[in-house]
Amino acid sequence: MRAATHAKWAAGALAVALTATACGGGGGSGGGGTDGVLSSSWGDPQNPLEPANTNEVQGGKVLDMVFRGLKRYNPKTAKAENMLAEKIDTKDSTNFTITVKDGWTFSNGEKVTAKSFVDAWNYGANLTNNQRNAYFFGQIDGYTAVHPDSGKPTATTLSGLKVTGPQTFTVKLSQKFSTWPDTLGYAAFAPLPSAFFKDHAAWLAKPVGNGPYSIDSYTKGSQMSLRKWDNYPGPDKAQNGGVDLKVYTDNNTAYTDLTAGNLDLVDDVPASQLKNAPADLGSRYINTPAGIIQTLAFPYYDKAWNTPDAVKVRTGLSMAINRKQITETIFQKTRTPATDWTSPVLGTSGGYQAGLCGKACDYDPAAAKKLIADGGGLPGGRIQLSYNADTGSHKDWIDAVCNSINNTLGNDRACVGRPIGTFADFRSQITQQKMPGPFRAGWQMDYPLIQNFLQPLYFTNASSNDGKWTNAQFDKLVNEANAETDTQTAIKKFQQAEGVVRDNMAAIPLWYQNGSAGYSERLSNVALNPFSVPVYNEIKVS
Amino acid sequence: MPEPEPPKDEGAIAPTGTGGTMDLATSDGAGLEGLDQGDGKGPDEKARSLWSDAWRDLRRNPVFIISGLIILFLVFIAIWPQAIASGNPLSCNLSKAQQGSQPGHPFGFTAQGCDVYTRTVYGARASVTVGVCATLGVAIVGTVLGGLAGFFGGFSDSILSRVTDIFFGIPVVLGGLVLLSVVTSSSVWPVVGFMVLLGWPQISRIARGSVITIKQNDFVQAARALGASNSRMMLRHVLPNAVAPVIVVATIALGTYIALEATLSYLGVGLKPPSVSWGIDISDASKFIRNAPHMLLWPAGALAITVLAFIMLGDAVRDALDPKLR
Amino acid sequence: MGRYVIRRLLQMIPVFIGATLLIFLMVNVMGDPIAGLCGERQCDPATAAQLRSQFGLDKPVWQQYATYMGHVFTGDFGTAFNGQKVTELMGTAFPITIRLTIVAIVFEIIIGITLGVITGLRRGRPVDSGVLLLTLVVISVPTFVTGLIVQLLLGVKWNVISPSVSTAAPLGELIVPGLVLASVSLAYVTRLTRTSIAENNRSDYVRTAIAKGLPRHRVITRHLLRNSLIPVITFIGTDIGALMGGAIVTERIFNIHGVGYQLYQGILRQNTQTVVGFVTILVIIFLLANLLVDVLYAVLDPRIRYA
Repeated sequence: MRAATHAKWAAGALAVALTATACGGGGGSGGGGTDGVLSSSWGDPQNPLEPANTNEVQGGKVLDMVFRGLKRYNPKTAKAENMLAEKIDTKDSTNFTITVKDGWTFSNGEKVTAKSFVDAWNYGANLTNNQRNAYFFGQIDGYTAVHPDSGKPTATTLSGLKVTGPQTFTVKLSQKFSTWPDTLGYAAFAPLPSAFFKDHAAWLAKPVGNGPYSIDSYTKGSQMSLRKWDNYPGPDKAQNGGVDLKVYTDNNTAYTDLTAGNLDLVDDVPASQLKNAPADLGSRYINTPAGIIQTLAFPYYDKAWNTPDAVKVRTGLSMAINRKQITETIFQKTRTPATDWTSPVLGTSGGYQAGLCGKACDYDPAAAKKLIADGGGLPGGRIQLSYNADTGSHKDWIDAVCNSINNTLGNDRACVGRPIGTFADFRSQITQQKMPGPFRAGWQMDYPLIQNFLQPLYFTNASSNDGKWTNAQFDKLVNEANAETDTQTAIKKFQQAEGVVRDNMAAIPLWYQNGSAGYSERLSNVALNPFSVPVYNEIKVS
Repeated sequence: MPEPEPPKDEGAIAPTGTGGTMDLATSDGAGLEGLDQGDGKGPDEKARSLWSDAWRDLRRNPVFIISGLIILFLVFIAIWPQAIASGNPLSCNLSKAQQGSQPGHPFGFTAQGCDVYTRTVYGARASVTVGVCATLGVAIVGTVLGGLAGFFGGFSDSILSRVTDIFFGIPVVLGGLVLLSVVTSSSVWPVVGFMVLLGWPQISRIARGSVITIKQNDFVQAARALGASNSRMMLRHVLPNAVAPVIVVATIALGTYIALEATLSYLGVGLKPPSVSWGIDISDASKFIRNAPHMLLWPAGALAITVLAFIMLGDAVRDALDPKLR
Repeated sequence: MGRYVIRRLLQMIPVFIGATLLIFLMVNVMGDPIAGLCGERQCDPATAAQLRSQFGLDKPVWQQYATYMGHVFTGDFGTAFNGQKVTELMGTAFPITIRLTIVAIVFEIIIGITLGVITGLRRGRPVDSGVLLLTLVVISVPTFVTGLIVQLLLGVKWNVISPSVSTAAPLGELIVPGLVLASVSLAYVTRLTRTSIAENNRSDYVRTAIAKGLPRHRVITRHLLRNSLIPVITFIGTDIGALMGGAIVTERIFNIHGVGYQLYQGILRQNTQTVVGFVTILVIIFLLANLLVDVLYAVLDPRIRYA
């Protein structure tokens, strides 16, 4: 900070003022104990750290610290609340007028304006920029021109976005989407400074955003140091001096390091250590619900699973899985047996319905055996559950699910796990429709809406409809729900659509996943948000 | 400081490792290539006496007897595990997960609630199959390629030697990760195939070296002078004499292939369920080492004893076959 | 000698090309890496196509290889999927793994050779049998089991070391991981030295030296060791490449961000550029180490002359 201070002194009058504030803040924090920097476990982000290019938790963690968007999901309630948005108005659920709050800047001093958003979104949507999350802009009018399914884009900007003033812009969607503003808390919708476009390589090496932290240094593949940005204008200022994200190859090692006092925070306690966590950490172990559901999906492109009778087999399999025992033994209660296809973090007002699945999700070996026999038995006499073996504890629970099914059917080879070496290969087999049986399907919500738990997963040809399930009734209900201007009516429609998923047992719901974290004695006020990411800015370091 | 007696020497064994080195034998080839074939006796007679000498030696070597007995026992339970384990290795009850020893289940239970004793006994089959098949494959491919290179020399030798170097240059564990990560079959053959693919250069170098040495011997030259065909010379004269060092190194390598399978399982690319193997169990248990070390102890112990037995056997055979040490 | 080295260097060219081609093909067998880049959803076809062409994956394999090698000769090792330059990753990973390998080799030399000399001179005594048995045990237990047990005991139970290595990976923290990495080779070095010492101990030149009345330590260091170490050095030399490649397991256990870690990550993400780049360098190190060994051979053993 000292070097930066000198540089600013030299910069002129405005800078003098800035520096004065910075020094004031620094002095205050020295006494106040916000100097403390905590270390936290991390994984190497899979994609470049651009907002519209980051689709996994590890990169998302950084973006959550470095960026603030129009909306932010409340870390406790998951409700979308205005952050940079002064107001978002619409009369018809298609045309939105967005006013950006005045007084926000990026950490390099540049002002956050309407243009910062529009430029960022145009960049994110444009096919030539290779942004993995481009489809988030798919609802905006003109998307197909900047991001055609094949061929070259015919436009460079979205025709549905117009800057109408320094702090205002309008958005036109290609179809009605009443809850669209609630999606704007997703990282892909973050604003970008002009430095991003001017010197892209430099920006990537050290991203600059408008969040409570700025990136101090980034050693590729091993560590990122984030420091509190003292001039952060938002209400959620960092309560600590900064965060050092350390890459761990294996979350077991990270946990071991935490217990040895080398690490302050582990935000993913491995299943094998869950049993030790309460004893090792006491009250410093947290286990809170997150918007994640695990299911088993089926390959509907395989005729065997697409018969009218197969629904009995699917239901039978669901009833053959002892969810309670698995969540208690393998996961030490960091998962809760699922009884619907969404997540409790939505709350009943958001569309979550406990017990929707009914008997079909209860463990009942006798009924399960009968249903499977009625449905014509397992296709080919046995099933293989595919999963990617490279991360997490998938093997543990897949083996447990298979053992549960095998014990139910009294056949020790009825179900076997089918590990696939890499996530890429797992996805590639799904994309190429090569799954020989049920497979692991996990869904972590992008934003806390019931729509996000249903449409991407079960709508015909949706991006995460991995089993290629299709149902006209479901599609119709979802379309109707999206067109509703009243949120509660929309949710009712979505719940009806979920009923169709249930009646067909389109996928077997397994359990809702909690976020589990542990932290050192130095920390306090640690919490996980509904995306199972630690709320870093609120952590206090002593 | 005179040493009272020397003749038994456990020679350095082929450095083959689980940590990534399947490589090796450079050093050890040197000693073996020197197999003394010498002094003008007929090849068959010579070979016979080499083998019968070796056998006479081995019969009196306690290391050979102990390791041989262990291996016989392993082969026996690999073929007929039911003889000593009445349970079903695939039958698991989650409610017993991670529990320790109890009546009827002397080794306790795994994280999935399977009986550790039964799984350890049944695990022998996969491990022994991998070890034996990989070794046979490596020995055959390596001897043929190395033998041909050594026998014909010249251009074909240069080519084959460079190819050997190429395969040598690829770190073994790394190659396994890459090649096996795409495999979803639960059989042992992909793992065996991979070991043969990256393991043959080790044998090939040794076979080549010993063929070159033997080729220069008088009895081979004599056969050539008498007009023996290439194939006859290779099969009747060169091969029987060149094969001794190959057998030595292959026996030792066998143990390391078994250990390698476990390492591959640890990295997530070894054998797949429903195969029952020590590698799978060790790798599953390694995560729970703090809570339930018994889950790791038994399969790892079985693995170590097996590897040890094969290495000791290889050592003993090597002593017996290496006349320099006699 | 000079001509020999040049000939060897020339021979390396086809081996180098062959090895890189081999690894290139192997990584290619792994299939399409793009599907894994979009999380739990299908990449939209346009973005997938765009990514494929950006990484050159839309071309036939031979063309990909040719382009890649062309770039490598200009020092460009390509870019990982997350936009990091592979050379940049190498810049952080190799120094760490080289440090780790050096620690391992120092252990091999100090402990391995010392034990080898002691046992070689005291053949048949209890110390010899004990060490011999110990080396067998070390060889029989897979490295990852040794590593995990060492980490559990020293790192967690007794708190002697930190269970993982910090980002900077200073030498001090690499001692235990280095020992684990070296363990199997260490056992081989011990056995190799023991055999070699025992053999040479019976040789005429040692008998002569003793007969001349030279002090015992002088016989050992000047005569016995020098001649006995030739096969040991050969082994250690060839072991360098194997240690660096084999570090995957050790680096994973102790969370060391070296070559093994980058390779493991690269393989899981099917990142051709990272994997091929790192292996290319490993192959070069392996080849050079082998050459170095052969040259050393000539230096140590005056009977060997390379034309």
